[in-house]
Amino acid sequence: MPRVLPIVFALVLCACAALPGTGRAQQDDAASDLQSILQTHAEEVADPGRRTVGAVIDDLVASGLPSAATFLERWADREVYLNTEDGRFYYAEDEGETYALTNIATGEPAGSAPEDAVEEIRPNGGVRRVIGSALVQFQLSDPDPAVRSDALDALARRPNAEQLAPLRNSIEGEQDPAIRARKERLAAILSARFADSTEDRIEAISSLASGLSLEARASLSQILETQQRVAESLPEDANIATELEPGSDALPAAEAYARLVDEGLAPAAQSREEIKAALTANLADGRVGGVPVGQLGTEAGRARAYAALAEAGTVPPLVTDESRAEALASHVFYLEYDEPDPAITDAARTALDEVETRVFLNQMADLGLDALSLASIYFLAAIGLAITFGVMGVINMAHGEFIMMGAYTGYVVQQIIPDYTMSLIVALPLAFAVTFGAGVALERLVIRWLYHRPLETLLATFGISIMLQQLAKNIFGTQARPLTSPGWLDGAWVVNDVIAISNIRIAIFVLALIFLALILFVLNRTRLGLEVRAVTQNPGMAGSMGINPDRINMLTFGLGSGIAGIAGVAIGLYAQVTSEMGANYIVQSFMTVVVGGVGNVWGTLAGATLIGVLQKGIEWFNPSNTLAAQTYMILFVIFFIQFRPKGIVALKGRAAGD
Amino acid sequence: MTRKTFLTENRSIFWFLLALAVFTLVVTVLSTGAGTGAISTSFVKTLGRTLCLMLVAVAMDVVWGYTGILSLGHMAFFGLGGYMIGMWLMYARTEIIVAESLAAAAIPPTPQEIHDAVGTQIFGVVGASEFPAIWFFASSFWAQMALVVLVPGILALVFGWLAFRSRVTGVYLSILTQAMTLALSLYLFQNDSGLRGNNGLSGLQNLPGLDAVPQSLVSIWFFWGSAAALAAGYLLFAWVVSGKMGSVIRGIRDNESRVRFLGYHVESYKLFVFTLTGIVAGIAGALYYPQAGIINPNEIAPIASIYLAVWVAIGGRGRLYGAAIGAGVVSLLSSWFTSGGAPDIPLGFYTIQWTDWWLVLLGVSFVAVTLLAPKGIGGLFDLMGRTHPVMPARVGGYGPDKGARRKSEGEEEK
Repeated sequence: MPRVLPIVFALVLCACAALPGTGRAQQDDAASDLQSILQTHAEEVADPGRRTVGAVIDDLVASGLPSAATFLERWADREVYLNTEDGRFYYAEDEGETYALTNIATGEPAGSAPEDAVEEIRPNGGVRRVIGSALVQFQLSDPDPAVRSDALDALARRPNAEQLAPLRNSIEGEQDPAIRARKERLAAILSARFADSTEDRIEAISSLASGLSLEARASLSQILETQQRVAESLPEDANIATELEPGSDALPAAEAYARLVDEGLAPAAQSREEIKAALTANLADGRVGGVPVGQLGTEAGRARAYAALAEAGTVPPLVTDESRAEALASHVFYLEYDEPDPAITDAARTALDEVETRVFLNQMADLGLDALSLASIYFLAAIGLAITFGVMGVINMAHGEFIMMGAYTGYVVQQIIPDYTMSLIVALPLAFAVTFGAGVALERLVIRWLYHRPLETLLATFGISIMLQQLAKNIFGTQARPLTSPGWLDGAWVVNDVIAISNIRIAIFVLALIFLALILFVLNRTRLGLEVRAVTQNPGMAGSMGINPDRINMLTFGLGSGIAGIAGVAIGLYAQVTSEMGANYIVQSFMTVVVGGVGNVWGTLAGATLIGVLQKGIEWFNPSNTLAAQTYMILFVIFFIQFRPKGIVALKGRAAGD
Repeated sequence: MTRKTFLTENRSIFWFLLALAVFTLVVTVLSTGAGTGAISTSFVKTLGRTLCLMLVAVAMDVVWGYTGILSLGHMAFFGLGGYMIGMWLMYARTEIIVAESLAAAAIPPTPQEIHDAVGTQIFGVVGASEFPAIWFFASSFWAQMALVVLVPGILALVFGWLAFRSRVTGVYLSILTQAMTLALSLYLFQNDSGLRGNNGLSGLQNLPGLDAVPQSLVSIWFFWGSAAALAAGYLLFAWVVSGKMGSVIRGIRDNESRVRFLGYHVESYKLFVFTLTGIVAGIAGALYYPQAGIINPNEIAPIASIYLAVWVAIGGRGRLYGAAIGAGVVSLLSSWFTSGGAPDIPLGFYTIQWTDWWLVLLGVSFVAVTLLAPKGIGGLFDLMGRTHPVMPARVGGYGPDKGARRKSEGEEEK
């Protein structure tokens, strides 16, 4: 004992300093309480049995002591010891000759005891499971919502039958509505699988049909899990999901036969390699089974040699296609549910169908949102092109490079202004200004000289495009540059487990709407718009009315390019900024303009929507293959042009130019 | 008065074929395979490939310079031709290798075994071993040769028929052909397209069964083949654009409506030119890719077809020799600049490295040619002596259409 004295002394000092008056009294109370509960059931605690332990745990749970949870945990972990000297329970640690004791209520050192005085308490597996579920109940009723939420997460990850009762018990006292709802859902999921009576399970299963969470779907499909079996005839008593036809998609003939072989119901078929190996093994004097090696270069020769070997008994007889077909025909293949009760599997099937229908509808809604966001990107990328094409009949192949220029402007601004929100606010108008300038310069220097020569313009602007791309590569390098979005654009808008859309995409959608409104306003409500429309419809007549078509062309080209710059910033926020990023959008932009029809904002909008919806729709049918999606989309556009050569919204009359 | 014949009407044919013959002779004499060895085998291959590019440029000139259809899809036909020949080359060569390795076994292989082993060899790289249906003819040389003509021909025919009958013209048509090219290259990029995805077909420089022949000799054979094809193609197209046929297609370019009102079936003429040039592009590709050794979907990307148009524009549209010269000069310059052959230019504060700046130079010079010298390189020949036997002074452009020939582009060859 001499070593213990100073520690006790120090402890007392500490306790006196730290815990004056009431606090200390309470703690003593609690300590005596936990210990006294244990003392009441001393026998059961010291030698717990699966049946007897319930009473202890009930009392512990009823006490509502925070230290009780810790106790249960350490009890299950075999860290609780009985000090036979005073008959009290401690946590203890082996220190060789002695054990260092810890007060179970306060967690403070409580001296030490000699080795032979303490007795380790060893709850068996069954008891530990009971303790474990009691612990879950503690966590589920923990005052801290985060702990309760964590416990639910753990429960959802590893659902088992024991947790059902404590989970149900904890619902009553739950105050937080969100957690309460979650608990109810989880309870339904658990009872669908583990409830005792069939009625309870069916009720729980049908309550799952109204949700669409992943957990519910997983639990339903777990109930519906099947095993593939084979038999001479269908068993009467089994809960059979479906019968499989060998040779169908669900069960290819080869797989079905392999299954028969696995079950020992049919002899293994020899593959071509095996036959060859058998022939090679029986090669003697340049002959196999009397057939010369020279004749083994054909299937017929090999078959003869193998038949001879089989007759001699050196190899198993050849399994012919006929015997395989016969074996398949004389057996039935079926899927059997793991769950024996057909009422439950039927209910689960109905519920799952219902859930899947709802999930499908939600997926469609999600797909719609995706398509809308893609459409707004295409709209932003293409509207500038559509304006210049509509007004001037000029295809600007460098349009994609203006998008890239805008994105790099955003990147450079971010290098100078570190605050992401601020830099974005600066970058948008700056990108517009830069690309507006570039567009006006291009118009003045090149395009003006090539009016009425659209094919030459196309090629000349292509020359500009490769030049700009290479310049960007020389200046910024070939690696992708990040354009970081501000924090408030991170994250996503989550409607439910299926529908979610990232904030950046929402922002781009809003940006597209703003630009749609802005362009409509400029074209329909301003003097510039009036002049632009006049030049679009008839440049000669507009000229005689005092409009300067030259100036209008320049401004229009600048405007179209400026919008491309803004689109560049928007695209750069969610894709990476590279010198080739413009080239990735240029063809889609052309498609949008061509499909939508030239010289009309609504046409471009319709084109962008069609292309966006189409691309997402095709991707949905074949999600692993975006290349195929693009291929089919382009093919669609080619065919679409057959039926509406002038696009969805075609100009009529003289404005159409024919 | 001299009698008008095909050759006297087309003086450029004589000079072009003469120049080509002299060039072929010089290269042969200097080559490693058949001459002194002054020109390396790889450069002979480069020259042979350039001849193929000149052939496809001549075809492009007929379809763009003479008919006014700016097709951005002819390099797709070129690539398809390459794929078709590549399938046979790859299959036949792999079959020989596989048969050799299987012959080492105690039991001779069956034809089916060889076929399966070839499939595993070829498609192992994309995680497959089955032959897709499009490889059905790959084992037959003649069938695959026929496909070199048929596949680009039928694609051009179907696409052209769809496009021309709905009267898609001008920029729309260009965009549509570009879309076709993009769709094709994206399709070929997929691993399950049956043509090895982005790995493409490789090892095409090795002719099956001719392992004993050195590459230096093979390269000169292909060079001769390419020269012969260029000569034949030049003759064919000179014939197409001369005479009545030539007048009609030039009429279509300059004033399509008037030609239609005169009773010509414009769509048929366009379709004929489009398909014929597509087939020739396919043949040129079939000669090009065995010299390049590898073909992958990148070769079919839309940018390649745009470059083709750039070569023709720089060389001078509406002159077959102009297109050929443009393709030769620009592609050779391009490989000289990008392979680091051109010396760097130190400016003191910055060194211009041509590998980085070549594309900028190409872009600028292309814009400059379009704006300032629409006649292109071919226009230089107008400076030599009389431009044409009887050349009436032309007032204004050739026609009202947007693709019509401009006066500044000079008199075209007829």
